[in-house]
Amino acid sequence: MAYVAIADRDAPIHDPHTFFLKYIWSQDHKVIAIQYAIVAISVGLVALVLSGLMRLQLGFPNTFHFIDPNDYYQFITMHGMIMVIYLLTALFLGGFGNYLIPLMCGARDMVFPYMNMLSFWVYLLAVLVLMASFFVPGGPTGAGWTLYPPQAVLTGTPGAGLGIILMLVSLGIFIVAFTMGGLNYVTTVLQARCRGMTLMRMPLSVWGIFMATILGLLAFPALLVSAVMMTLDSTLGTSFFMPAVISMGQKLGHNGGSPLLFQHLFWFFGHPEVYIVALPAFGIVSDLLSTHARKNIFGYRMMVWAILAIGGLSFVVWAHHMYVSGMNPYFGFFFATTTLIIAVPTAIKVYNWVLTLWKGDIHLTVPMMFAIGFIFTFIHGGLTGLFLGNVTVDLPLSDTYFVVAHFHMVMGVSPILVVFGAIYHWFPKITGRMWNVTLGKVHFWMTFLGTYAIYLPMHYLGILGVPRRYYALGNTDFIPDSVHSINASITIAALIVAAAQLVFLYNMITSLRKGEKAPPNPWRATTLEWQTPDTPPHHGNWGPKLPVVYRWAYDYSVPGAKEDFIPQNEPVDPALGAGRDHGKHR
Amino acid sequence: MSNTAIFTALATGVVAWFLVVSRLTAKSWESQSEKGDVGAIRMAPQRIGLWIFMAVVTSLFSLFISAYAMRMHVGAWCHITIPNILWVNSLVLVGASIAMQRARWAADHGARDGARSALVVGGMLSLAFLAGQLMAWQQVGPSVYFISGSPAVAFFYVLSAVHGLHLIGGLLVLGRTTARFVAGAELIDLRLSLQLCAVYWHFLLLVWLVVFGVLLYL
Repeated sequence: MAYVAIADRDAPIHDPHTFFLKYIWSQDHKVIAIQYAIVAISVGLVALVLSGLMRLQLGFPNTFHFIDPNDYYQFITMHGMIMVIYLLTALFLGGFGNYLIPLMCGARDMVFPYMNMLSFWVYLLAVLVLMASFFVPGGPTGAGWTLYPPQAVLTGTPGAGLGIILMLVSLGIFIVAFTMGGLNYVTTVLQARCRGMTLMRMPLSVWGIFMATILGLLAFPALLVSAVMMTLDSTLGTSFFMPAVISMGQKLGHNGGSPLLFQHLFWFFGHPEVYIVALPAFGIVSDLLSTHARKNIFGYRMMVWAILAIGGLSFVVWAHHMYVSGMNPYFGFFFATTTLIIAVPTAIKVYNWVLTLWKGDIHLTVPMMFAIGFIFTFIHGGLTGLFLGNVTVDLPLSDTYFVVAHFHMVMGVSPILVVFGAIYHWFPKITGRMWNVTLGKVHFWMTFLGTYAIYLPMHYLGILGVPRRYYALGNTDFIPDSVHSINASITIAALIVAAAQLVFLYNMITSLRKGEKAPPNPWRATTLEWQTPDTPPHHGNWGPKLPVVYRWAYDYSVPGAKEDFIPQNEPVDPALGAGRDHGKHR
Repeated sequence: MSNTAIFTALATGVVAWFLVVSRLTAKSWESQSEKGDVGAIRMAPQRIGLWIFMAVVTSLFSLFISAYAMRMHVGAWCHITIPNILWVNSLVLVGASIAMQRARWAADHGARDGARSALVVGGMLSLAFLAGQLMAWQQVGPSVYFISGSPAVAFFYVLSAVHGLHLIGGLLVLGRTTARFVAGAELIDLRLSLQLCAVYWHFLLLVWLVVFGVLLYL
């Protein structure tokens, strides 16, 4: 079904009644969001299983004979790529972006609904191509998620034939899908806001998703460029990235290509990608904290400016991933500086989250627990980032488990905690049902404590110098026995955390069918998506009239107001004034 | 690092643009206004969509060109001998761009016949450009062997192919507009499409001229 995004009319411009057109080939942003989320979570579960298999091998080497070194590298590669791109990017932007942007901005739909629908189907195609690589001769690529040439396309690397080609093709398709979706998200935010919804009245979730989409639109082309050129290197024998190589005793036809060029291009995409995942998480967590602490977000303007600053700076830090690559050492100085500068707006956000909690009326609901958990894991991962951002500290820690621990904490666990918090927060609106609170809390504690049990010891492994990417450590002098026990315990923790996700899935599926019926605004939140006439919102979202916005998104616990929240679409009472000035005029 | 320069400029440009068009200093918590202005840019969504898309394509080509510039200095590089037909192709694309602009003007002045003929001329010239590019490929092909030969030749293939694909995408939209035209759609309904086609054609012309300049002079 397709609506004009901002017209005051209840009739869709195109209104199919069949199940197929309503729920499969649908142009409704809410249906597309759910489709994106289901595919992303499904493929994420595949990646979760892969990580479990890797942990089995690392924790108990020589036990699971069905995992050989090739499999291990394939698991690493697919786990990384799926989690970063096909799960987190797709879920935050395709899933939450699609669902929240029109509802939070007061639009009936995205401005280009047909293209939005295509975006999902092209994304699905990208996922299917990627999954197909599990079934081709040689299996998926085992080049590591960074796909560095020359090894990515050389014989000896698992999946160097079809596997790497399918990976590159799938990435190309994904970028097309993302561009179609991204054009929609940005244009909708710019054009389809309802009356009164100025940019500076938008909830921070929309700000985060908006800026992340802009980053994606500018950064994904770098991945496309590297994917196209690497495909040509591996199929037609060009020498963009491939230097003269002797492989298996034979001189290959390549000559003069630059592997370093690939690294520059890859990380020119790769670093903004971190913020493509992080900014939506920042935005969403701000809204969760404010709503469940019944307090306006601390420093709203500063939060918006920080999002913009992080977005701009994220384009000038990429080479901090390449300190050991052999690039000009003076670059290291420049990129270490920019890396430390980007910590400033990020730290401002963290302070503001904590200050939002300060003296708030904190409700420890399940979404709130995940949001607070995020503050812990994000501070933790952010601090280790300061270590790795400095060249001299990075050099000994590079390629050790310290790096693995750092990036999992900062861009694995932290965004995933926000994803869970967001699902628990918006589930009542999306489905019209409440979930089981006890199971939700069990899920939180198992996940939160479990991830600490996994990643905290990994920092220690890294400081000991245990290298990452190794299939098995064997008997090496500098690796004490304690490393083996730690690895075993990490594996057990990882399996427990994986099992905890079954609790989550069980909770969501049973609640969908048997959960208590959700009230329209269970969290007593101010933002527009909770003020829809129907729960879940019908097609077109708003009934006959579009909402009109009179205030910002954070009027919680306003002195003098009759309730502890004032929805954005509630008119200003002249006797009371607006926003923070409420009560001053009495 | 040309990457850095081009992209920080681009990214900061976007941010600066926001600072200009929207008041990011508004103290929204204090706002007393009954119904604040939307502050949305008064432009057709399709127009904004196209401009954002062109930013994405600019990003794509800047990166290709940055890669070209970086690869030049690495090794086993020899410049491409530019086939003369590329000069002709460039002129043809300029012609296509002018024709699209004429179609746009004609539509603005309500001249239906003028718009239609200009549209057809623009489409034909674009097809001629693509055919000319294929001929250029053939001329380049035998002179320097593709595989382990000059990466400049490989870059020429890639850049012209990517540019050509974007032009083909434009031709699909143009075809759709022409079909609506032939089916008798009102000129007033087609105006936006024609305007956007013209903008996109100028943009692709600019991209091609930059690519051509890079191949010639860098």
